[in-house]
Amino acid sequence: MPVQVQGEVLSIRRVGAYHSMTLVAPGMAELTRPGHFVAVQVGGGGETSMLLRRAFAIYDVKDRGLYGGTVEIVFAVHGKGTAWLAARRPADKLDLVGPLGKPFRLPAQPVTATLVGGGYGSAPLLPLAAILRERGCRVDFVLGAATADRLFGQLEAKRIATSMEETTDDGTRGTQGRVSDVLPALLDRTDSDVLYACGPMAMLKAVSELARVRGIPCQVAVEESMACGIGVCMTCVLPVIGDDGLTRMVRACVEGPVLQGDRVRWDDIGSLPADVVGSLNAASTGGGH
Amino acid sequence: MSELVRRPSGEVFARPEIDMTTRFAGVSFPNPVFTASGCAAAGQELDQFFDISELGGVVTKSIMLSPRSGRATPRMAETPSGMLNSIGLQGPGIDAFLEKDLPWLAARGARAVVSIAGGSIDEYTKLTQKLRGTAVSMIEVNISCPNVEDRGHVFACEPRTAGAVIQAVKRAAPTGVPIFAKLSPDVTDITSVAQACVSAGADGLSVINTLLGMVIDTNTMRPALAGVTGGLSGPAIRPVAVRCVWQIRQALPDVPILGMGGIRTGLDALEFVLAGANAISVGTAVFGDPSAPIRVLDELARALAERGFRRFEDAISFAHKPPEQRLPQGPDPVGDVLYDEESGPLT
Repeated sequence: MPVQVQGEVLSIRRVGAYHSMTLVAPGMAELTRPGHFVAVQVGGGGETSMLLRRAFAIYDVKDRGLYGGTVEIVFAVHGKGTAWLAARRPADKLDLVGPLGKPFRLPAQPVTATLVGGGYGSAPLLPLAAILRERGCRVDFVLGAATADRLFGQLEAKRIATSMEETTDDGTRGTQGRVSDVLPALLDRTDSDVLYACGPMAMLKAVSELARVRGIPCQVAVEESMACGIGVCMTCVLPVIGDDGLTRMVRACVEGPVLQGDRVRWDDIGSLPADVVGSLNAASTGGGH
Repeated sequence: MSELVRRPSGEVFARPEIDMTTRFAGVSFPNPVFTASGCAAAGQELDQFFDISELGGVVTKSIMLSPRSGRATPRMAETPSGMLNSIGLQGPGIDAFLEKDLPWLAARGARAVVSIAGGSIDEYTKLTQKLRGTAVSMIEVNISCPNVEDRGHVFACEPRTAGAVIQAVKRAAPTGVPIFAKLSPDVTDITSVAQACVSAGADGLSVINTLLGMVIDTNTMRPALAGVTGGLSGPAIRPVAVRCVWQIRQALPDVPILGMGGIRTGLDALEFVLAGANAISVGTAVFGDPSAPIRVLDELARALAERGFRRFEDAISFAHKPPEQRLPQGPDPVGDVLYDEESGPLT
């Protein structure tokens, strides 16, 4: 169950093209599992013109210590909300809601796991890797980004994992290309039992497809545009196949952000499949906001 | 001694001794703060953050006859002091709602205001019939839907079609359950639609629904929403909403009004009350602050107390009163002040 708390910026630092921010969040850290996210109020509340929270995957968590529980987020400046956030300084107050969403499911057995992170999507995979290692799993990482400064967490990944590969679109670090270019050879070599991925939708789609072809279970953490993060606004939906074989528009914030890769209808994101339950395309009546 | 209250924020405060009860259409609500349709689902998510039974009522997301997928994404765009949404009324349909959501609200002790939406008069009638014998406290009729039998014209945009929906719902409605018509501000004269709904049997009016808006993404150079246009909500529309409440109150002095549109604070809520609202809904603010409804309730109570009100209902339509009636209770406060005689007279 999430909490709403007045948090405080403990530290903020630049990491390559990103910002990493540690927040004192009383009562939140101990509830957080890898894959959870936090929704941060931007603009300072009050009369700000930015009404909606910004959602970030939780990276590192410390549930005790000098400052009480802290959660750390990693973000890029995309718009005025994240620009405002990047300008915060230690001791600034932030209203936080979290932990939100469904975290990664953990294997009961010590399996071989491959973790694939795109850009700052590696952030929630790093604490996941640590937990998998504690459970006796073998962990191999693939980190990809457009450019070297958009990779995140390579040193930490290298320390935790048995192997770590990097790809960049421009070849400024590691193999030039996409994570999906190096993943098949890695899976051949490690005989991986499970895949975990977090990053841009196109990457998640490619990883899910590779996993499906090879029959490997694959969990993905999606990033959808959301207004509330708590399940009431219905803006962050995507078409997902349920246990009954039927496709529904499910909320990334509540049913996700971690989903089974083979259940997501990647090609239908941004459209409305005719066979989705209650499809407006099929229905004769419709309308309203 | 006034009662001490602790809020999710950790704040503890003394609740002012003020009677927040609001009574309209034959029903009494413990306070005038409701959620807004489409901004609170069916209450369960918000109940994680505060006790939703503390609100005057929970207005559900509009329910339709059948399950509905809603529209494709993107469904949302943030705008200055507001947001645009084009959800397309995604929902489980009335049967699943009656099986799961409404019993949950009743068990929780919340007063359920069920919002219904249809594509034809017949659908509205069937939806209303299904609410007979249930735990519904009030029905809010979302008439901002296209009429599939009338080339998609929106019911709410004409007095005749708005009235026709309300008449059908009123006939099918369970006895003693107030029917509120939710009005669209996208009309030339909102008072004529209000009048038509009241003549057709509406027990009250919900004012206002979103305004139709549009955002174009200057990077993709295409509409930002998959549905092209969407409903604008949030503080950006508040002056429009207050104006609509004011105009309807002037035209229809006795009709109960549930006011909404960009309420974020207790003072925002007070504006609606002074303009004529008997109760208010907190909508879009919930997306940025899940405990907003209960915070608005606290802030409204304090704002009323600070202004010398002892009963919420005394503040309803207060802005319409002529100046000589503007001090509702007690003597002129200036007259109570004891001045030190030696400080000299004022000129």
